Amino acid sequence: MVTYALQRLFWLVPTLLAMALVTFLVMHATPGSPLDPVAEGANPLSPEAQQNLAKAYGLDKPLHEQFVIFVAKAVRGDFGNSFVYKTRTVSEILLETFPVSLFLGSMALALAILGGLALGILAAVYQNRSWDYVSVGLATLGVSIPNFILAVFLIVLFSLLLPLFPTGGWDQPRDWVLPTVTLALGPMGIIARFTRSSMVEVIRSDYILTARAKGLGERLVIFKHVLKNACIPVVTLLGPMFAAVGTGSFFVESIFRVPGLGRFFVLSMTGRDYPMIMGVILIYGAFLAAMNLVVDLLYGAFDPRIRY
Amino acid sequence: MGGSVIILLCLVALFAGVLAPYPYTKSNFSRTYEFPSGEFPLGTDQLGRDVLSRMIYGARVSMLVGLGAQVIVLLIGVPIGLVSGYFGGRVDLFLTRFIDVMYAFPRLLFVILVMSALGAGLTNIFIAIGLTGWVGIARQTRAQVLSLKEKEYVEGARALGAGWFRLMTRHLFPNALTPIIVSASFGIPEAIFTEAALSFIGVGINPPTPSWGQMVGENQQFLRSYWHLCVFPSIAIAVTMLSFTFFGDGVRDALDPKMK
Repeated sequence: MVTYALQRLFWLVPTLLAMALVTFLVMHATPGSPLDPVAEGANPLSPEAQQNLAKAYGLDKPLHEQFVIFVAKAVRGDFGNSFVYKTRTVSEILLETFPVSLFLGSMALALAILGGLALGILAAVYQNRSWDYVSVGLATLGVSIPNFILAVFLIVLFSLLLPLFPTGGWDQPRDWVLPTVTLALGPMGIIARFTRSSMVEVIRSDYILTARAKGLGERLVIFKHVLKNACIPVVTLLGPMFAAVGTGSFFVESIFRVPGLGRFFVLSMTGRDYPMIMGVILIYGAFLAAMNLVVDLLYGAFDPRIRY
Repeated sequence: MGGSVIILLCLVALFAGVLAPYPYTKSNFSRTYEFPSGEFPLGTDQLGRDVLSRMIYGARVSMLVGLGAQVIVLLIGVPIGLVSGYFGGRVDLFLTRFIDVMYAFPRLLFVILVMSALGAGLTNIFIAIGLTGWVGIARQTRAQVLSLKEKEYVEGARALGAGWFRLMTRHLFPNALTPIIVSASFGIPEAIFTEAALSFIGVGINPPTPSWGQMVGENQQFLRSYWHLCVFPSIAIAVTMLSFTFFGDGVRDALDPKMK
């Protein structure tokens, strides 16, 4: 178990390096440069000024050297200054916005897990009855409709037609409701689907028949015996779920004007803010890879039959 | 049900020129932000362009991306999976390592990265989806080939003197086809989603070409005042995604009753 964890931790390093390399190369293959604004009406900079700027930002060195410098600094948490917000470093912006995204993401994930499990259990217990159809219907909607479209529908329903929640902002708990629900519906659908099918499978197994035969109440059978084993495959879903909530937050944060990392990422994309983009991608990548590792280890903790 | 909506969408996309009441670029600055009326069934946008016509042309982009990108994904993913699974050894090790790294990259993040490097545009969307989408198909093909190549009929063909190319194209590929078709049919809505998402944040389709995602993205800030600009394209995306999902489920159930 410990060796396995260490081995996995060790593998994180080349994965992250590869990510950094791909990001770095793609960003540098981009036509257009932060030194040379091509927008109409922008003042062209004189070649001397461009050279000075390039020197100041280290853009005049050969590519491999730039990459080594970048990695060496990134390890120490230094991603340089943002090109767009010139007075602030990327780490400052990350430190300020990441907690907001993390908070939104955790709320969404918690809602997705609780709601998904509840829907899945209901669907499995009341197979082919109305609860089952409600949960399958919700799951299908959540899985197939993109979250920025869900956001539009939810805003129309719950802030325009029924003025219950604001259309955006991030000041009071009431603002949290719509972004969280939007972000949670997709993962909730997937979890509900999975829980249902794995519960249905477990319900048919022999030891459940035994549990019933020895006279246990239905509630005890479902919650103590079925759910425990049905949860195991659901745990594997959590890894991709983190990724879904992470990338989903770009759109949800943009629409609901949440001052999180995702919104900043979309803004830095259009501004060709290299340090910002690379910082965000690496942080996201590292976070997701670490989460995947945690999920894999959790899987072993949940199911003692698994040996590493 | 999914199938009939898809056929309808394809027809709309094909005959967009005939069906659209106005050209999609025709603007009328005295009639901007109009709500739905008899003359403009779904209203007009900020440049006075007919929303219905733009949506009809938007179907073209969605269908093109959904189907076209899948072709590219298959063309890259299937050969790589075949080669990796068939030859094994060092080639396989290298390719699977590469695939694993690609897998660790959040998919949408990578597409956005590639798009921001290439710039907006339909061709670049194909490239971006193709570059990132082949990984899943390659993995699946490889797994299929690994189990198929041990079968007796492959050995038989080899004994009869079939070369690796013939084995791959005539024996392994046709037998690995079912799961490939299933995952390709689920790849279509994913590609449509990707295009909509890219256009939504402004790195997808170039204006003035209309795309549903772009219409939603441009107008979501005016949702309170001009709901029609945003709601109709949203409905179009939702219905399309749902029908392709149903279609994918249908294909899976029809081709492989064991898969669940």
